[in-house]
Amino acid sequence: MEYQEIVEEAFATLSLNKLRTGLAMLGIIIGIGSVIALMALGQGSQKAVANQIQSLGANLLTISPASQRGGFVQGGAGSASTLTYADALAIENSSEIVNVERVSPEFSRRAQVTTGGKNTNTQIAGVTPNYSVVRKVEVSAGNFITDRDVSSQTKVAVLGPQVVSDLFGDNATPIGQSIRIQGQSFRVVGVTVSKGGSGFQNQDDVIYIPLTTAQKSLFGSTSLSSISVEAKSEDVMVAAQDEIGYLLLSRHKLSDPAQADFSIFSQNDILSTASSVTGTFTTLLSGIAAISLIVGGIGIMNIMLVTVTERTREIGLRKALGAKKAVIITQFLVEAIILTLVGGLVGMVLGIGASYIIAKIISLPFAISLISIVLAVTVSGGIGIAFGFYPAKKASNLQPIEALRYE
Amino acid sequence: MIQVKNVSKIYETGEVETKALDNVSFNINDGEFVAIMGPSGSGKSTLMHILGALDTPTSGTYILDGKKLENLNDDELADIRNRKIGFIFQAFNLLPRTTALKNVMIPMMYAGVPKKERLKVAQKYLEMVGLSDRMLHTSNQLSGGQQQRVAIARALVLSPSIILADEPTGNIASTQAEEIMAIFQKLNKKGHTILMITHEPDIAEHAKRIIHLRDGKLVEDGNGHKQKIAAVKSKVI
Repeated sequence: MEYQEIVEEAFATLSLNKLRTGLAMLGIIIGIGSVIALMALGQGSQKAVANQIQSLGANLLTISPASQRGGFVQGGAGSASTLTYADALAIENSSEIVNVERVSPEFSRRAQVTTGGKNTNTQIAGVTPNYSVVRKVEVSAGNFITDRDVSSQTKVAVLGPQVVSDLFGDNATPIGQSIRIQGQSFRVVGVTVSKGGSGFQNQDDVIYIPLTTAQKSLFGSTSLSSISVEAKSEDVMVAAQDEIGYLLLSRHKLSDPAQADFSIFSQNDILSTASSVTGTFTTLLSGIAAISLIVGGIGIMNIMLVTVTERTREIGLRKALGAKKAVIITQFLVEAIILTLVGGLVGMVLGIGASYIIAKIISLPFAISLISIVLAVTVSGGIGIAFGFYPAKKASNLQPIEALRYE
Repeated sequence: MIQVKNVSKIYETGEVETKALDNVSFNINDGEFVAIMGPSGSGKSTLMHILGALDTPTSGTYILDGKKLENLNDDELADIRNRKIGFIFQAFNLLPRTTALKNVMIPMMYAGVPKKERLKVAQKYLEMVGLSDRMLHTSNQLSGGQQQRVAIARALVLSPSIILADEPTGNIASTQAEEIMAIFQKLNKKGHTILMITHEPDIAEHAKRIIHLRDGKLVEDGNGHKQKIAAVKSKVI
């Protein structure tokens, strides 16, 4: 028999019993599709974590008051002193500080915000213009807080997109309108670009107002919730951390670093945490891949074993009619290859489609790697072919009459 | 020429040994029409399977046209089953959900007959067995007698010198049985050797020679038996 004829014969046989062919193919489709989808989800989560960390910037230092775990010092609990705007100005202007590019002091608190009939509870961030540079916040309409706003304590507000849709509805242009924060009226001057809703903290659900307005007019506080510092480069992070630490210790009149009433942590600390997170993800991912490969593989193995074993009588008949062993083995091999090839392709498309839809629903980045496809197709395809072929080979070794009598 | 020398077949089920064939020897010359008779369990089918190269004897020798079958490998045996022997099974053994035409074409496919010729030859043989209007019916759309005739056409397409039929009329109506016997008579006149198993005396009457088996042993072999059957029948009537 020629190869073309064997392939034609295989197609004819497969289309003869559509239920059996469909079931075998379904096993392969589910096996391959689930492996690809699960691995894509794992990779999407991994990518989401990586994105989160990258969005913060690698040369960012954050100074927080009182005790907080940090790279430089461990602050004593319940320290009396807190960070002030003057501390921030000192870091910015001191001659001893050479490795700092920008300083962004911040005072944040949650508050009730109303406009017309609607109201929401959101984060109010008192900031200076530097905040937009240091934290990479951009405005899509209007402008950000200006130096003049800070110096003259104007009552202006820049809204995150989430706040806009909460207070004004989707696609509204609130610039020029007024909102009330804790009863005080603020004029909206800008809207920030969406940074995406996912993450540890929703960066779209926030209202920026001038730092001085937040401290004095709104919340009556002289302290800061944190100071963000942008170092000149990633390489001088440790130097900048040391400079700021000594400056603040001397400003707070503390001699022992163990008594520091502030803590400084860098992106390095976050990165090291993050790398352990991604490490866990990689392990999780491999686990998921291994399990789904095993489950898919067993599914494929079962269905192929059953469908081919069921055809032992047919093999006996073909032998009785003069088929040589090689012809029978080739026929079943070609059938198994066609099944796994078609099933593999459909499974691949479905797996990619399913992971795309799931990624959209739970707002994960859609990530699919070639290696997961190659792995799924080769392992599942290999199992499909092996277990479509092995029972056929075994049956073709029987005496024709034994195969014909097989029940 | 079929030569069977001291052939035995023993089945082992657990510790019990069953002798399906016990030291059977006989020769069949080309062009003979032989019926094999015997009660059920006498080893008729086992003998037929061995003669059809579908099974191997436990001991003894089977020589077909001067070749010892025990010395042939799997592929050579496949060739013999394909070209030399046409086997008609009691249970028809057609491929399910497959048309009569396709079923008849299978042996030619394995023999490497070109596609166009396969179709022509298959049509010719299906016409011969009277199924020209059923060629595109699948096996499950055909009656028992029709299926048996498809199986006969399939056994004949490569015009094998030997036709082995295991109870060819066992599963069909008696009117159709006569038609099938007529086909066998015609083939025998053309020079095909025919061996068939039957337990119906009127079917065995079509044969020129009858081999009788009981408990795996050959108990009678010859023409004389034909008269005996006639005598038995006349008594019954």
